[in-house]
Amino acid sequence: MNAVLQYAVQGLAAGSFYALAALGLAIIFGVLGVVNFAHGAFYMLGAVAAAVLLDLLDLSLWWSLLVVPVLMFGFGVLVERLLVQWLIRLDPLYNFLLTFGLTLVLVELVKQQYGVSGLPYRLPGPLRGRVDLAGVVLPRYQLFVLLFSVGICALVWLLMTRTRIGMIVRASTEKPELARALGINVGRWVTPVFGFGVALAGLAGVLAAPFRAITAEMGNNFAIILFAVVVIGGLGSIVGAVIAGFMVGLVEAFGQAYAPTFAQILIFVLMVLIILVRPAGLFGRKEATA
Amino acid sequence: MTQSVVTEAPATEADVPSTGSDPRVRWVLLAVGLVAALALPWFVYPPVAMDIVALALFAIALDILLGFTGLLSFGHAAFWGSSAYVTGLIATHYGAPFPVAVLAGAVFAMILALPIGYLSVRRSGIYFAMVTLAFAQMVYFIAYQWSGLTGGENGLQGVPRTFFGIDLVETESFYFYYAALPIILLGMWGAWRIVHSPFGRVLMAIRDNSQRARALGYEVEKYKVIAFVLSAGLTGLAGGVFAINHGFVALTELHWSTSGEVVLMTVLGGIGTLWGGILGAFLTVMLADYLASSGFQGIDLVTGSVFVLVVLLFRRGVWGTVRHRYLARRLRRATRRGAADTRE
Repeated sequence: MNAVLQYAVQGLAAGSFYALAALGLAIIFGVLGVVNFAHGAFYMLGAVAAAVLLDLLDLSLWWSLLVVPVLMFGFGVLVERLLVQWLIRLDPLYNFLLTFGLTLVLVELVKQQYGVSGLPYRLPGPLRGRVDLAGVVLPRYQLFVLLFSVGICALVWLLMTRTRIGMIVRASTEKPELARALGINVGRWVTPVFGFGVALAGLAGVLAAPFRAITAEMGNNFAIILFAVVVIGGLGSIVGAVIAGFMVGLVEAFGQAYAPTFAQILIFVLMVLIILVRPAGLFGRKEATA
Repeated sequence: MTQSVVTEAPATEADVPSTGSDPRVRWVLLAVGLVAALALPWFVYPPVAMDIVALALFAIALDILLGFTGLLSFGHAAFWGSSAYVTGLIATHYGAPFPVAVLAGAVFAMILALPIGYLSVRRSGIYFAMVTLAFAQMVYFIAYQWSGLTGGENGLQGVPRTFFGIDLVETESFYFYYAALPIILLGMWGAWRIVHSPFGRVLMAIRDNSQRARALGYEVEKYKVIAFVLSAGLTGLAGGVFAINHGFVALTELHWSTSGEVVLMTVLGGIGTLWGGILGAFLTVMLADYLASSGFQGIDLVTGSVFVLVVLLFRRGVWGTVRHRYLARRLRRATRRGAADTRE
């Protein structure tokens, strides 16, 4: 029982990274119609940025959680203005290919700058060690990651459902033509939304920094699992992305615990099952068969 | 959602009568292509020449899906790599002549493509790309874990090149090129036949308007799966030859970067033009070879930048641009002549 709970928390903590990043991916897809292949690279940049900030400026994790998303927002805006916007009216596959090329460039640049071996990361004192919750011993940092990401997801949810900006974003996601017809300038929100999605990927990267080996390649596999996450959750669905993210984290943790050889493969098996049973994803609406 | 993958190529296709290309031009191109294929190992280091033609077939096989069916497969490394492994294993353990091993690899790729294709065609457009990518990653992990068979991270080493009793060793790569070229040419001819058959016409109808194709009574999903399996088979032929050529199968052949690289070759050459794949493979391999020999670190930096630039500025690709210019000129001439006729 104890072990099961530990795996569950570990899985949900790992799932937090997927959930946050998938949330960003889903929002970007919703408003821009762009599947951002570089999302894994942005996640990697977030982690690298946290490590570099700690190393050069001695900025602790607390500061990184604030500063890195802001930096990534700026970077996302730059990418959208310089590259993505030119292909937005074309088939989404062109932006998929564009961001794939961008991923190769970003990964290679980081590799040349910081080498292939992992960068070190040191946790601030209060987050180190373990905590005993009614007989269940859990690493403090995992609990922190879990609570923090659930908090962020809840904030984004409130932003989406309770504010005017959120309403506009949801309207542009679900019925862009109708939103335009009602006089909403959908185009104005495209750039900030892209930046926001990139910031979420960067935030996931910062949270992952003490947890994972920080290398240029860390985002590669992450991006592909992220695609499995959004296929499972339904790409158009913001709630689906978050829930599927946590689900995949759990599958990964329990897989690693009980069948380590198949841990990675299990995620894709889950995806196959979803495609067979609900081709549009758990929370996706059925797309027109085209 | 946009209907087809290729937003521009079909539009240009529609501007021009379908019998657009002159049969004389086609024969000249074919002759030039054959001579170039035969002369290649005299000008390029033979193993590199072999890589070029193998990757050219790979790009053409991908184009059957991307350019002619409107499906972007981002997981073709699964078929390329798995065929490379099966070819290598059969050549190593059974000492089979390499054409037999390559054929077995291609058959394996087709068998693998059947379930993957069946599941993937349930989603279209961008989803298809993501699902195929995920499946390829699954195949990658299986090969990685099954190191007893595949050698895991070390790859599969010491694949022999036996050609019906003759051992074509490392130094004989010049002769190996000519021994293996017929397989590649056969594959390319197969791709040409597929695209120009009634079956290929249905694929193009699906690409341009899948709902209309369905309304006309074609089972769209079935056609897509068949196209997927055929494409995987041709990919398998190319991957098998590649494995024998190197005498070694690396895990990279199954990696998603390989899937991306072949998409780049196809897009660089021109989507929906069979010749474009050949040109794209030639340019990509020569560039990589040049960079490697000049000691440049970080080929991905160049590959990625080329990708971004091609997609931003040059979506028709090299061959696509040339063909578009040529066809547009012909069309202009034809309309001018037509106008003159009506005036008389």
